[in-house]
Formats: sequence, structure tokens, C-alpha cells
Amino acid sequence: MSVAEFELTCLPMGKIAQVIHVGSEGATRNRLLDLGLVPSTIVEAIRKSPAGDPVAYMIRGAVIALRSEESRQIKVRSIN
Amino acid sequence: MMGLTAQSSGIHAFLEELNQSSVKADAIIALAGNPNTGKSTVFNGLTGLNQHTGNWPGKTVILARGNYQHRNKNITLVDLPGTYSLLANSADEQVARDFICFGNPDATVVVADATCIERNLNLVLQVMEVTTKTILCVNLIDEAKRKNIAIDCSGLEKILGIPVIPAVARDKVGLTELKDAIHKVAIEKKPICPHPLIYNESIENAINQLQNDVETLLQGKFNSRWAAMRLLDGDATMITEMLHHLKKDQRQEPLAIRRGEAHCYE
Repeated sequence: MSVAEFELTCLPMGKIAQVIHVGSEGATRNRLLDLGLVPSTIVEAIRKSPAGDPVAYMIRGAVIALRSEESRQIKVRSIN
Repeated sequence: MMGLTAQSSGIHAFLEELNQSSVKADAIIALAGNPNTGKSTVFNGLTGLNQHTGNWPGKTVILARGNYQHRNKNITLVDLPGTYSLLANSADEQVARDFICFGNPDATVVVADATCIERNLNLVLQVMEVTTKTILCVNLIDEAKRKNIAIDCSGLEKILGIPVIPAVARDKVGLTELKDAIHKVAIEKKPICPHPLIYNESIENAINQLQNDVETLLQGKFNSRWAAMRLLDGDATMITEMLHHLKKDQRQEPLAIRRGEAHCYE
């Protein structure tokens, strides 16, 4: 694992990152892939719900809210 | 218009009703698409039915249908629930999947949102794997233009190998072209050859190993390459559904046999 790799959960608001790996399995994995979260996809964290979970992300032109249990499974790296 | 449960018996009842409908349909068209792509607006624009349209994700929870006439042919349009995928996760998606996969429509129109077309193409590719008779309608072209997004529809047509129709369904732009495209595919039976998706070598080898046996079992009822891939997925609900349809087919003559379907890349 490279140093720059981290969980999507840790992406600060307003920052962008690139998907490296989707670790979930089964139906959850299918769903995330269907929503456009495939390796090399650019994701931006755009806002947090009042409780801090879920978090809304901009993914391929659409805003999608992910629970931390889902975003934790997604490994990303910073790009800039 | 009628409601439909996720049960496969519902699909069969629905198909039977379509068959016995008082207005004889010359073709049955499925309308699919991601949630919030303006699918219901396309449906209303084509059929003239004034369905309520709102902005709730996946709000179309029942299977609506409507008719229109074009070039003296009666076309029945089935408005499927909004879905991101045919690898069904929810009851809504299962209804859409079952109709496209097992209802054997004369054509399937996938409505895509031009403002975020990338995410919509996933479903397009999945539908293309099930049926060659796929038409892509790129809706909300005006909103895309406002966001400085231009869609190269003829380029898409070349890459995908299926008809691609740009539209602004709200303003009835592109709907005549869409009706013409549906006519060509569903009535004139113009063959479409979607470019098949080629997976990596190990998957392709596995598909090849299965496909002949699957072909024998299915007797041409559904696309054997697609069925082989679903077997490799190990999706239990899909396999159950397939078995159910094969059994059903032995008891009564289904739409699938009456029409006959050719797959151009097999």
C-alpha cells in the first residue's frame, strides 16, 4: 500500500481524490460500481450531514451520499 | 396503467395482459433508465398520457403503460421503474430487470441524462448485453448545453453500435426521431449490432466454456452469452428467475417463442 492511499472516509470537505480500489463485496460492491465508483473515478467530498454521517460526494456529475461503513471500504489517493 | 409486484408471476400476468389487450399492439417497447433522467417525461411525451412527474428518486414504483400510433402502427410503451443496474438490488430494479430480460420487448429504449451521461452508460451497456434491440435516448440536452456539455451522439452511435437519439422531452424535441428509431427497430426489424463488451481473458475463457451448454439449455430463449455471465456471477435470484422462465415456457407458448429473436453476435 502506498503512503498516499487512504480511506474515502478521511477525505476532507472540498477536497478531491481518485478511487484506487473498491473493497466491498456482493450487493454493496455492485451498487457502488453501478453508481460510477470504479477505479480511477474522481470523487469530491462536498458536504457532511449534521451528524457527520452520511457524507455527500460528487461522483461523475451526481451528488451521492455514502455512509461511512461504505466509504470506509473505498481506497482513494489525493490528486492535485 | 397497472401496478406490478416484484414477483415473477406479476411479470407473467403483465405479459398475458399485454397479449390480450383490446388494442392490438404491433410492438411492445420497454422504457428504462436511471432515476431522474426524465424517463416519465419521455413516456408522457410519446403516449400523451399526463402522468404526474416529480423529482423524487426512483418515484416510478409501478409499471405504467401507454399506447401511441406512429406510421399506422400501434406501439405499447412500458415505463419501467428507474434503475441504475440490471444486477438487481431492490424490488424496483428486479421489476425492470425481469421485464427487459424475460419480457422480450420488441425494443428497449434507455433514457440517459445528458448532464451526467457517464454514469448512465453503465445501464446502457448492461441492456446492450441482454438485447441487441437497444436504443439510447440522450435526454436533457438543453440542460447539458447550459452546463457547457456537448454530447457527440453520432460518435456515441459509432462506439456503442446502437441508435442514439438526442432529446429535450420536456419541450417535445427529438420525440419524432425517437418514434422513427423505435419503428425501424421494432416494426421494420432493422438489425442492430451493439459492439459486444469484451472482458479480460480469464472471464472470456470461462464464458466460452459455458456458452455452448447454456445455449443448448436455453434453446435460444435468451441470450446465451448473457446467461453464461449471470451464472458466473452466481446471482441466485437471477438463476432462480431464469429457471422459472424456462419452466413456464414449457407450459405455455410465451411471447419469446412467438416472436423469435436473433442475436447478431452469436
